Amino acid sequence: MNTPEPATVRAVAVSKIFNPDKANQVDALIDVDLTVEPGELVSLIGPSGCGKSTLLRLIANLIEPTSGELAVNGKSARQARLDQDYGMAFQQAGLFEWRTVARNIELPLELRKWSKAERRARASEMLELVKLGEFANHHPWELSGGMQQRVAIARALSFRPRMLLMDEPFGALDEMTREHMQAELLRICSETGTTVVFVTHSIPEAVYLSNRVVVMSPRPGRIVRVVDVPLGRRDDDTRESAEFFKKITEVREALRGTEGGGDLGPAEVERLRHAGGDLR
Amino acid sequence: MGRADDDAGGSAGRLGQRLRRWVLAVAAVAALCGMWEGYKVLGEATDGTVLGWDLPARYDDLSMPHLTDVVARFSEPTNRGTTESVGVSVLKGAWYTLQLAGLGLAVGIAVGLGLAVLMQRFRVAERGLLPYVILSQTVPFAALAPLVAGWSGRFDVLGYEWEQWMSVSFIASYLAFFPIAVGALKGLQSPSPATIELMSSYAAPARATLFKVRFPSAVPYLIPALRLAFASAIVGSIVAEISVGRRGGLGRLILEYSQQASSDPPKVYTAMLGAALLGLVVAGVVNLVELWVLRNRPLGDVR
Ligand SMILES: Nc1ncnc2c1ncn2[C@@H]1O[C@H](COP(=O)(O)OP(=O)(O)OP(=O)(O)O)[C@@H](O)[C@H]1O
Ligand SMILES: [Mg+2]
Repeated sequence: MNTPEPATVRAVAVSKIFNPDKANQVDALIDVDLTVEPGELVSLIGPSGCGKSTLLRLIANLIEPTSGELAVNGKSARQARLDQDYGMAFQQAGLFEWRTVARNIELPLELRKWSKAERRARASEMLELVKLGEFANHHPWELSGGMQQRVAIARALSFRPRMLLMDEPFGALDEMTREHMQAELLRICSETGTTVVFVTHSIPEAVYLSNRVVVMSPRPGRIVRVVDVPLGRRDDDTRESAEFFKKITEVREALRGTEGGGDLGPAEVERLRHAGGDLR
Repeated sequence: MGRADDDAGGSAGRLGQRLRRWVLAVAAVAALCGMWEGYKVLGEATDGTVLGWDLPARYDDLSMPHLTDVVARFSEPTNRGTTESVGVSVLKGAWYTLQLAGLGLAVGIAVGLGLAVLMQRFRVAERGLLPYVILSQTVPFAALAPLVAGWSGRFDVLGYEWEQWMSVSFIASYLAFFPIAVGALKGLQSPSPATIELMSSYAAPARATLFKVRFPSAVPYLIPALRLAFASAIVGSIVAEISVGRRGGLGRLILEYSQQASSDPPKVYTAMLGAALLGLVVAGVVNLVELWVLRNRPLGDVR
């Protein structure tokens, strides 16, 4: 084992411009450099419209960068997608209404040609994890928004991908479930060595979960600061430690700097505040 | 838990809705019958002139036979000297027409779905085909029928000679494929970009996306399309039977019976009632299909 493992994500000078040279051109991301090492949990935080989802979609190879280099697991982002190296949980749950909860979770496993018995077993295991065991045979429209989001997370985790891309996955959850899911995510990551890129609007969430918090600013979207969070093993006491609050303040200060750059509407500021960002 | 109650409430609600629809339908038929007989009574009572206005249609038994006579006619022999009753003839005719229409519908569904998949998959196909699909329906039916009728005996399909009944089914399929193609295309295109992105994040091949996402999403769009296609296939078959001159179906009976209108007025209406009945049966079948395929969907879907 002389060759070091390649970085899970390596972005060099990546830019994404939507509708170039048209009246509705958007410079969504400019010159983004980001490296995520295997096993790391990195959060992206920043005001609405700063390109967090865009960066995640670039890594997922759902869109192509306009310029710059992007490698995932040492190969092209496209190859990583084709090799199904990552699981993804979107901002919206995006469940299929005609499938039961369990069969929604089984979908990626079906695509991997798992046997029915294996799929069943994994689906019920994942449902236990997100505490929805008794809802296996319900349909998504019978669940609350937060419950649906948990199913989507279970689906993303179902095939134990080496990397998870999560876009505000806990936004719709109540505080207690949210903390439970955060702890579960950290447990899964430490057990399986899964790498996570995590988009959130909540500063405490970013600090609690991450090895590093990437602070972004809008128009044009760019990385303004990367805050290291060397808090060690997280537990309930972490949330009350002085070090934790110090990091929260550090991220908040970095975010405050982005406000001048971005022209946040009052509605967006309001939304950020509700999302737990507490910009003021 | 506790959601099971909602479940029951859901299907009960849907059943209640059906029941109300049935009651309404029966009431509408009863009202129609009442108006028919009422019009006759009014005509006879006023001798055709109400407050100085002439009634717009003739009310005598020749033009408007009593409904009881029409119903009674079903159980009487078709012609003097035959043993088969009109009812049996009409049922046989309806069954024959249903078969031709069903075949046409099956072909129409296959072609419509095929075209929709092609158009969804390839932008070029959509741009190239859709105008022709729409254009196909603007060709007057009356112009098409004689053309297709002329095919019989003219050429072979896979070693079989083209027969008259094939022309009937062909016309039925020609009318039926259109709503299916348009509805299916809309349905196949209905999944949100995020849904498609999810599938591409799984590196799912296009075929998997088609069968696991696009087709299930299209189902609510296909039900109304199926309803239209079925109706078109039936009407198309009946008219095609008349213009192609095919014996055995309802179309032929309608033609034959109407030629006897002056001597046997109630008979004309028996064949027409047969056609209406066929339409009802078909609508019922589509409703059952709908109940079955949408049983696991939230109430108040597209439809
Ligand atoms: N498909 C697209 N076409 C054009 N512009 C787009 C597209 N997707 C995103 N954008 C633009 O790119 C910018 C960044 O969008 P993005 O969704 O990445 O923001 P975000 O940081 O995830 O915001 P939020 O926190 O509200 O989710 C926005 O200005 C948005 O309008
Ligand atoms: Mg976003």
